[in-house]
Amino acid sequence: MSKPEFVYTTYIETTPEKLWHALTDGDFTERYWFGHRVASNWKVGSPYRFTHPGKSSPEGKVLVSEPPKKLAYTWNGCSDETKREGPSRVTFDIEPRGNVVKLTVTHDNLDEGGKTFRGISEGWPMVLASLKSFLETGRPMPAEIQSHAA
Amino acid sequence: MDDVFKALADASRRSLLDRLHARNGQTLNELCEGLAMTRQAVTKHLAILEAANLVTTFRHGREKLHYLNPVPIHQIGERWIKKFERGKLAALSELKRQLEKRDE
Repeated sequence: MSKPEFVYTTYIETTPEKLWHALTDGDFTERYWFGHRVASNWKVGSPYRFTHPGKSSPEGKVLVSEPPKKLAYTWNGCSDETKREGPSRVTFDIEPRGNVVKLTVTHDNLDEGGKTFRGISEGWPMVLASLKSFLETGRPMPAEIQSHAA
Repeated sequence: MDDVFKALADASRRSLLDRLHARNGQTLNELCEGLAMTRQAVTKHLAILEAANLVTTFRHGREKLHYLNPVPIHQIGERWIKKFERGKLAALSELKRQLEKRDE
């Protein structure tokens, strides 16, 4: 395995179960992932798909599904151009730390010169900040500062 | 958020973040290369950056890799920057960058 291109960490005042739910339930992702709904049965080998009316969304296959600890899936970019770059991999590690939960998002197998790489470096910090706000306050980031999704 | 500002209020720590921004996922040895800082000092600064969640570490085989974690910086930006300002701010930064660029 080559070393991952991105590793992001955020600490969220929530429980591992709620965080797992927020990552895997379309009603939740729609609220903090800038309108993108996710759907899957979250079994290893099953497909998952994000959908957003009028926008293209990432999709892929579930690689690891260990609720509420670890989730990993392949990531096929949103646009035709990023789809041609082939799938990369996203891993979510959820660890309870006292009264907060540490979430680590690792993105690897990315083409460093590719379009996905550039999109990712802006996308994840935005999604994670919104997820944290949503779980801690019940609200995503205010609509006026929401921007395009990953 | 106090620990983020405290961690950033030091030129050595900012230069470590710059190095990770230029190349993400470095070992302690790689980060020490070419720096006028002792290994102990770099270790200490990295611990402060990690405690502030500005650096996150990842075990890759036997190596411990350091990654710039921009999530807290993004949260600071979000707190004071409105979406409609982003385009103008990017244009201002680009203008400053172009004007201050040294002729090479």
